[in-house]
Amino acid sequence: MANLKIRIDELHTDKIIAKGFEFRVGRLIEEWEEEPGPTQMPNIASLRDWDRKLLSKYKPFYLPFCELCCLCTMGKCDLSQGKRGACGIDMAAQQSRIVLISCTLGAATHTAHARHLLDELIAKYGPDHPIDVGGASVYVEAPNIRLVTGIKPKTLSDLEDALEYCEKELIHLLAACHTGQEGDNIDFESKVFHAGMIDHVALEICDIAQISAYNFPKADPEAPLADIGISVIDPTKPTILVIGHNVPPSIEIYEYMKKAGLEDSIELCGICCTALDLTRKTSKAKIVGPLSHQLRFIRSGLADVIVVDEQCIRTDVLIEAKRVHAPLISTHYRNFQGLPDRTKDSIDEIVKDLVSAQVPGVALLDSEKVGEVAVKVALSVFKKRQKFKAIPLEPEVIKDAKRCTRCGNCQRVCPNYLPIPEAMLAVANGNLEPLSNLYEACIGCGRCEAYDVCHQGLKPHSMIVGASRLKMEQDRFKIRIGRGAIQDTEIRAVGGPIVMGEIPGVVAIVGCANYPGSWKDNAIIAEEFLKRKFIVTASGCAAMSISMYKNEDNQSLYEAYPGIFDAGGLVNCGSCVANSHISGALIKIASIFAKRKLNSNYEEIADYIHNRVGAVGLAWGAMSQKASSIASGFWRLGVPVIVGPHGSKYRRGLLGRKDIKEDWYVLDGRTGKRVYVGPTPEHLFISVEKKEEAMVLIPKLCMRPSDTTKGRAIKLYHYIDLYTKFYGILPDDIHLFVRTKADIPTTMKEEVIKVLEEKGWKESEIPSLDPTLLSKFVRVKG
Amino acid sequence: MKGLISEPFQKYEIPGPIKALVISKPKVVSSIIKRAKNPIFIVGHESTKVELNGKKPIDYVIRMAKASDIPVVAVSNTAREFLKRDFKPKALMASMEIGNLLTDPNWSINGKGPHDIALILGITYYVEWVILSGLKSFAYNHLKTISLDRYYQPNANWSFPNLSLKEWYENLEEIARELGVMEK
Repeated sequence: MANLKIRIDELHTDKIIAKGFEFRVGRLIEEWEEEPGPTQMPNIASLRDWDRKLLSKYKPFYLPFCELCCLCTMGKCDLSQGKRGACGIDMAAQQSRIVLISCTLGAATHTAHARHLLDELIAKYGPDHPIDVGGASVYVEAPNIRLVTGIKPKTLSDLEDALEYCEKELIHLLAACHTGQEGDNIDFESKVFHAGMIDHVALEICDIAQISAYNFPKADPEAPLADIGISVIDPTKPTILVIGHNVPPSIEIYEYMKKAGLEDSIELCGICCTALDLTRKTSKAKIVGPLSHQLRFIRSGLADVIVVDEQCIRTDVLIEAKRVHAPLISTHYRNFQGLPDRTKDSIDEIVKDLVSAQVPGVALLDSEKVGEVAVKVALSVFKKRQKFKAIPLEPEVIKDAKRCTRCGNCQRVCPNYLPIPEAMLAVANGNLEPLSNLYEACIGCGRCEAYDVCHQGLKPHSMIVGASRLKMEQDRFKIRIGRGAIQDTEIRAVGGPIVMGEIPGVVAIVGCANYPGSWKDNAIIAEEFLKRKFIVTASGCAAMSISMYKNEDNQSLYEAYPGIFDAGGLVNCGSCVANSHISGALIKIASIFAKRKLNSNYEEIADYIHNRVGAVGLAWGAMSQKASSIASGFWRLGVPVIVGPHGSKYRRGLLGRKDIKEDWYVLDGRTGKRVYVGPTPEHLFISVEKKEEAMVLIPKLCMRPSDTTKGRAIKLYHYIDLYTKFYGILPDDIHLFVRTKADIPTTMKEEVIKVLEEKGWKESEIPSLDPTLLSKFVRVKG
Repeated sequence: MKGLISEPFQKYEIPGPIKALVISKPKVVSSIIKRAKNPIFIVGHESTKVELNGKKPIDYVIRMAKASDIPVVAVSNTAREFLKRDFKPKALMASMEIGNLLTDPNWSINGKGPHDIALILGITYYVEWVILSGLKSFAYNHLKTISLDRYYQPNANWSFPNLSLKEWYENLEEIARELGVMEK
C-alpha cells in the first residue's frame, strides 16, 4: 500500500482540539493470510546451513582463470600450488571470492535496474498502480518476493520494501569481498547463493512492475509472434535502433511515434532485452537479434539513430556509431558514454545539434524527451545518411583477403579460435563460402580487428559479415513475445506430472550469446527436448537464438510449438528479468501444487524443489556477471545449471561425486529413515564442451529422488536414448539410477538388465517419496 | 623443432608465474610415461578434428594407450570415435568431471592406486587451460600433467610448444613408437 495520508478538518476530543490536521504514514505492508515462515528477509547468515548442506554434496572444483590476486596493493600475489597471498587468502577462497564478486555485480545490476525502473514507473503511473501479472489466472503474482521477503505486493509501491531489502543485502555481500574479510571458500560460496537469491527477487520486481504498468502480456500462453532478424528491418524507412535492457526510453519512442502518427513510417527495432521487452508493448517493434548482432547491425548502417539504455551494450558503441554517421543517444546515467548531459536543454536544440552532427551524441536522462528527440532526429538524418555503412562489399572482401599472410593472429585472439586464416585463403581464390560459414559462429566481439592484431590492417569481422550478405538476407524469423509469468492453473495441471517424473523435465534455455559454435545450437537442443515432451522455457538472448532457426517445415520453433507451460510447450517468458518467472514457476509448484507454505519459507521450498522438481537450466552462451547471478539463484533452490565451454571461465563447477555413495542419502520425511537415492541430481553446476554432452546431461540432471517408477523409467529412457545416440554405447552408470526393476524403460529392458547384471546391481528398498535433506522437515522421527 | 615458442596459442590466455616446461624432445614424454606408476589419458573431441596422411591424433592415442596399458577417459562424444576403432575407453565423462576427480589423491579409475601422470589431448583449448590450472593448484601434490596437444598449454607441467600439424604428428608418432619399443 502506498503512502497513507490522513487529513482531519476538525477534531474535538476531551484533550485535543485541532483544525486542518494532516498526517502521513510511510507505507503499510498488507499482511496476507499465511503467517510468515522462519526466513523472512534472510540475511547472509540465515540460510548458511542450507547452503552448506548443498555444498557438502556439490563441492566446488576451482578452475583458476587467473592465478594471481591483484585486488590490493600488497599484490600481485601468486596463489597457485598451495601458496597464500600477502593477506593470507588461498586459491580456493580467492576463486570463490571472484565468483562472489561476479554474482554480486550481476545482482547489483538487476537491482539497480529495478530501482531505476520502479522509480520511473511510480513517477509515471503512481504508487498505487496495481500489480497485475495475469489477472485471475495468477494468484501467486510474486513467488520469489513472497518467498524471500514475505511481502505480497498489490501495488507498485509495495515493491519498494522488497527492493530496499535487496539493496541492503548487496552492500553486505560486496563488503565481504574486501581484503581481510571472509577467508573460507565455502562461506564465500554460501554468499554466492545469497547473491543469487537476491538477484531473483530483483528480477521479479523488474518484470512484474513493467508487466503491470506497461500492460505487457499477462501470463499469456498465446502471446503473439514478432519479427526477428536483420532482414526484417525495412531499409527504405528511417530506423531507430535501441540496445540494452531498461525499456522505458524505448517505450517512449514508440509512444511518440504513435502520437505523431508515425507508427508505420519509422522502423523501431532493437538488440538484446530492450528489444524483447519492446515487442511486449507493441507489435510495431522488431527484434534485430541477440547481443552478438550489435557490431554487424550497426556497421550495416541501417540504423539512423542509436539509442542505448543499460547492460550488455558494447562500450565502444559511440565509436561504432560515429563510423556510420548515426547519432547516439545515451539514456542512462550508468552508461553516459562520455556524452554531454543535455537533459535540461530544449528538444529543438538537441535535435538541431544531432542532425547537424555538431555533436556525435547526447546523454538524455528523460525518457519522454528521448522519445521525441529520437524520432525527430531519425526523420531528419535518414536522407542525409543514406544508410551509410561500414561493411565491405564482396569484391572488396576478395581483394582484401588476397593481402592475408595467414599469420594466424586473428584466429589466436578469437574467443572461439575460428579458422579465419583458412577461410581467407579460400576467399582470396574467389570462394566466399568458408568465410560466410563463420557468420553464425562469430560472436561479434571484434577482437580480431583490434590494434596490431592484423599486420595487414584487415578487418576480419567486417569481412565475415561482408561475405555473408546472402545469409543476412535470410535472417528473417518469428519469435513468440515474452509471455511473463506462468499461470497458477498451468502449475496445477503440470505439478503432479513433473513431481512424479511423468513430464520428464523442465529445461530452461537462458543466457547470453557467447556461443562456442553456431547460435543455432540452442534451437537444436530446444527442438530435441520439445520432441521429447519436456517443458522448454526460454528467456533473453537464448530465447532469440532459439527463434533464429527453421525446422524441416520451414518454421521457427515458436511457430511449431505452443507457448503453454506443459509437455512439449516452448515458453518464452521474456527478457533476462523474466528468468524470475522460471524460478517462480518452480516455487509455485512447491506452494500451489504441493501446498508448501510460501511466506518466508525458503529452506522448505528449496528442499522440495531440489528433491522433487526435475528442472535444469542451460545457459549455453553464458557470458555476463548477470548470467552468473541468475544461475546462483537457481543453485540456492537446488536446481542444476549447465553452461557451455566458455562457462568454465566462471572459475568453478559444483560437482557431485556419484562414486561416493554416502553423498546420496536423503531422509524420508515420513519416517526419518536415511534412504539412498542415487546421484539425483548429480551436479549443481557444470560446464560441458559440446552440445551433445549438454543434451545427454539434461535428462540425467532432471532425475529426482521423488520420481515414481513410471517417471524414473521415462527419464531413464531419454537419458539412455540420447547417450546411445551420441556416444554409441550404453551409459555405465545406469545401475545408480535404477532402484527397482520397474524403473527400467520397457523398450530397453533387455540391454539395461544386462548392464545391471554386469554391475552386480541389487534391487534396493522402495525409494522414499517424501525426500528431504533436512531433519527439521521429518514429521515423525525414525 | 621449428617455432619453439612457449606462449599460449590463444594469445590472451596468460598464465601465472609457473608455466609448463616445453617438451623439446618426444622422448621426454615416453620416459615420463615409462616411469609413471598409474598414468591416465584424457582425450577430447579435437583428437578427431584434423587428419594428416589418413591418420587422426586419436589413432596415436590408441597406440600409446595400448602400448603402455594406459586407461583412457573419453571426453563424452569422443567415445564414438574410439569405438569405431575397436577401442573401448575405460570411461566417458565431461572434461570438468574428470578434472574434479583427479584432484582427489585417493581416486583412480582402475583401482591401481592414485594417478600420478595425466596425459591430455583434444580438449577445447581454453577449457583445457582452466582445467589444467585447477589441477596445477589442487592436485599438485600427487599429479603431474602433460598436454600432448598441438598448441602450448601453459598450465600443464609439460606441453608441446605451438607446432605445425606436421611437427605435431611427428612428435606423436615418435612417442607412440618409443612406447611401442619399450613395450617389447
